[in-house]
Amino acid sequence: MTDLIKHNASELVEMLATKQVSSVEVTQAHLDRIAEVNPTINSFLHVTGEEALKVASDVDKRRAAGEQLPLLAGLPIAVKDNLTTTDAPTTAGSKILEGWIPQYDATVVKLLRAQGMPILGKTNLDEFAMGSSTEFSAYGPSRNPWDIERIPGGSGGGSSSAVASFSAPLAIGSDTGGSIRFPAAVTGTVGHKPTYGAVSRYGLIALASSLDQIGPVSRSVLDAALLQDVIAGHDPHDSTSLPESLGSMADAARNPSLKGKRIGVIKQLSGAGFQPGVQARFDESIELLAKAGAEIVEVDCPSFEYAIAAYYLILPAEASSNLAKFDSVRFGLRVTPDGNPTIERVMAATREAGFGPEVKRRIILGTYALSSGYYDAYYGSAQKVRTLIQRDLAKAFELADVLVSPTAPTTAFKFGEKIDDPLAMYLNDIATIPANLAGIPGMAIPNGLAEEDGLPSGIQLLAPARADARLYEVAAALESLHENVWGKRMMQFAPELKVGA
Amino acid sequence: MSELTPDLVRHLASLARIQVTDAEVETLTEQLAVIVDAVATINKAVDASVPATSHPIPMSNVFREDVVEPSLSQESALSGAADSDQGRFRVAAILDEE
Amino acid sequence: MAKAELMNYEQALEQFEVVIGLEVHVELNTNTKMFCGCRNDFGDEPNTNVCPICIGLPGSLPAVNRKAVESSIAIGLALGCSIAPTGRFSRKNYFYPDLAKNFQTSQYDEPIAFEGTIDIEIPSGNVFTVAIERAHMEEDAGKLTHVGGNTGRIHGAEYSLVDYNRAGVPLVEIVTKPIIGAKHEAPELAAAYVRSIREIVKALGVSEARMERGNVRCDANVSLRRHGAEKLGTRTETKNVNSLRSIERAVRYEIQRQAHILAAGGSITQETRHWHEDRGMTSSGRPKSDADDYRYFPEPDLVPVQPSAELIEKIRASLPENPSDRRKRLQAEWAFADLEFRDVVNAGLLDQIEETVLAGAKPQAARKWWTGEVARLANADDKDVSELSVSPADIAQLASLVESGKINDRIGREVLAAVLAGEGTPEQIVAERGLEVVSDDGALLAAIDDALATQPHVIDAIREGRMQAAGAVIGAVMKAMKGQADAARVRELLIQRASE
Repeated sequence: MTDLIKHNASELVEMLATKQVSSVEVTQAHLDRIAEVNPTINSFLHVTGEEALKVASDVDKRRAAGEQLPLLAGLPIAVKDNLTTTDAPTTAGSKILEGWIPQYDATVVKLLRAQGMPILGKTNLDEFAMGSSTEFSAYGPSRNPWDIERIPGGSGGGSSSAVASFSAPLAIGSDTGGSIRFPAAVTGTVGHKPTYGAVSRYGLIALASSLDQIGPVSRSVLDAALLQDVIAGHDPHDSTSLPESLGSMADAARNPSLKGKRIGVIKQLSGAGFQPGVQARFDESIELLAKAGAEIVEVDCPSFEYAIAAYYLILPAEASSNLAKFDSVRFGLRVTPDGNPTIERVMAATREAGFGPEVKRRIILGTYALSSGYYDAYYGSAQKVRTLIQRDLAKAFELADVLVSPTAPTTAFKFGEKIDDPLAMYLNDIATIPANLAGIPGMAIPNGLAEEDGLPSGIQLLAPARADARLYEVAAALESLHENVWGKRMMQFAPELKVGA
Repeated sequence: MSELTPDLVRHLASLARIQVTDAEVETLTEQLAVIVDAVATINKAVDASVPATSHPIPMSNVFREDVVEPSLSQESALSGAADSDQGRFRVAAILDEE
Repeated sequence: MAKAELMNYEQALEQFEVVIGLEVHVELNTNTKMFCGCRNDFGDEPNTNVCPICIGLPGSLPAVNRKAVESSIAIGLALGCSIAPTGRFSRKNYFYPDLAKNFQTSQYDEPIAFEGTIDIEIPSGNVFTVAIERAHMEEDAGKLTHVGGNTGRIHGAEYSLVDYNRAGVPLVEIVTKPIIGAKHEAPELAAAYVRSIREIVKALGVSEARMERGNVRCDANVSLRRHGAEKLGTRTETKNVNSLRSIERAVRYEIQRQAHILAAGGSITQETRHWHEDRGMTSSGRPKSDADDYRYFPEPDLVPVQPSAELIEKIRASLPENPSDRRKRLQAEWAFADLEFRDVVNAGLLDQIEETVLAGAKPQAARKWWTGEVARLANADDKDVSELSVSPADIAQLASLVESGKINDRIGREVLAAVLAGEGTPEQIVAERGLEVVSDDGALLAAIDDALATQPHVIDAIREGRMQAAGAVIGAVMKAMKGQADAARVRELLIQRASE
């Protein structure tokens, strides 16, 4: 494995800018890595090698000609397969969109192209981003580079495993209840879910419109910051996108600071229900922060008890409506049963064949939650719990600048362990869900290895809405503290990836 | 909650246009009953005094000016269609006439 | 499909109280659609005014058309509604191939306008105050074309084609509260109400309001209940009423149909019915099992609409004269009696007469021609006045020719017929055909003398005061002049001759 791919994105950016390496070299190195490991890891559903090299070559030419280029020009990237790309199929991990070539690029994809970043390919996900393990992808799961018998997290397990296996320096993910952060935790990478509205959702195949957000997946806090600076910003195509800019995340990441920061430990997201090794690493990080001058406080968010319930009512409800458009008429799969069927029957047969079990489960649950007679008790109540969660967080943020918790209750579990128990699977998101319900930003950074299994655990940081920069400041500081203690970066703990037959 | 019966599941699947098999109805009824039980607790958390939040970040009055923007070509619009005819999407007959 | 049994109309009204409710959809004439920048146009090649948003491609998101919002506010204000300080969009979920997302983005519990009233005058002269429940914004669906029919063949006989050009076009839905007390005038009231809505939105300039183009669509709800009953009866909703005439007929039909069923002890099925203009009947639509469960929830991809007080006042100040005020003003200006004015309004000729007056004609003359000969010719041809090829400028010219004495009334009618046949303007026709009335007294006297030569006794009769004798001579002169003479002048000259 060439050393080139071992670098962080920020280092590669520097090397490209100073012409130490060409974009074609960097891109080819990653394509070679993909060819080597993807058959095992299955991060990528589709590799756009030719197109990526074209972009790389073009960037190299322009750089040689002395043109002033955007900061990340020439740096390759992977894109989660629920974002539309006109030059590659966009499947959302589902059979119902097998081979679908979108007629338009997602806004984020447009921004990456404008930046001159070669897109390596589309990464795997649980079908329509519903899941936390990629076991629900219609195209097979992705594997955790730390242990290929284990899940890489979900729904964005393709992006996280790509970055964790050095197949890509950066990736784009999406997070509805933890789909960027949980994979980050279990693969020892960094994942950030920005404030709701910070990044345009135009072109993101919607799961739950009021919860979805697009964000960066990387191996360092600075890398994530650099990417967020490219993809964030107001988009008139997305009516929920924030009108204002949130400032430069890279600046924040380059100015780590804990001075005067109050760190709030969330009472409800600690202790019982958390794997001992995960809890231990978390407690250690709190001590580190305290020693470095941060003030540690405990915050109480009693409404978090209802967060999962609210989430698993709001998400299925919105998803049931968002997924109604997959009906065989304008795009995607069409299954025509025998015997001169009506369009209603064609729709029903298509959706039966094209959707997997988790998707069907949630659509039916969502239809139930919205139906007349049940709305008030279910969806209506869930939207009220949302208010309570926002209130609890507002109170907490009066006492603390940043809230923290372990990102997830466990390390990466084995394939098949939770697949037959939907509720058990849903509990992976217990710590990540509140941020989506409230719209606040949440970041997951590596937090060392759990003792009992030697697998990565993550620490989650939360800030008030629009205070993403604050997260980058504190996370960069903690990352630095960790690397001092560990003597190396998290990914350097990873075992050599065994690939082949 | 015994409200989630196989008949209800069938009705919901029909509303959602998914032609579920009998085996699926059975599994779904079982799994959804457990999930609904778990989430039904939500009722206890709130009352009429709590307002609903449908948008996490409060915003209002986001508009687009009434100016024409380029459309897709007919070819592009139809490019994903399983079947088309004379510039239109083609589908099987509809049961109900309006 | 057999026509249902109907109770006699008068009988039906004796036994039951009629309640109607009207839902009118108005298509706005904005440049672009409600939620995307595609052209809002009619008649273009299929699927050429579409984009990812209005054909519901995965990942697309709506963006609200500001002009559509302002137009909706204008409609609300013109209907005397309150404008909601916070309005929200909601999703109405159901599956149908003309619905690109299989949900319609509409408004549910927070419409942009609510609680208004409008006074409707019907032909009998009665005025009803119709209470408006709400006006809300929504998007139109695409257009479906069904191909093949029920031929009995199993393979490939039937399919449907979808054109999404119309999908996403902005609509405003206006819903009345139940209208009680119209009694036997309910059908007329329904038609007059829709006509008023058309007038209003046209005057506001927010819609072309052409019913034949679907710019204004009406669904008529009808229910009956026994006199004195408190609860409203079960209602049916009739769709596909595409003209004012259809509305009246459909409401009347439903009253009679429902009365028959109820009187026989049956009950009305709550359903959507389809009006058939050719057969003059409604038929049952398929009772949709999921029709009522639209699973409305607030549209998460759009944020609330909160019009400022300033914006609302700005729109209010820019509203044109409301049609009812305009009518009062015109009646006063023209000095028409109530009955005369009502005739004009009922005949739908108000605009024409106004324009004719603006082109220089006297109001009474304009009225005479439009409600008289023009209407007669239209009826004879089974056409609507608007379909005849005669303009207010033509009528003004015609009236002027008659008033100046250049032609008389009878010739005027001849000229009008020629105008309709496309021969040109009245002046051109008079010139070409040489229809001008002979105003030369000399020529008239010569003709009078000719006539007297054959009827000499007339002179004596006139001298003796028996004026009715003059008629024979006048008639002879008119005949000789081929009608191109002013009969009154002929009479004068004849009397003059007699006194010489």
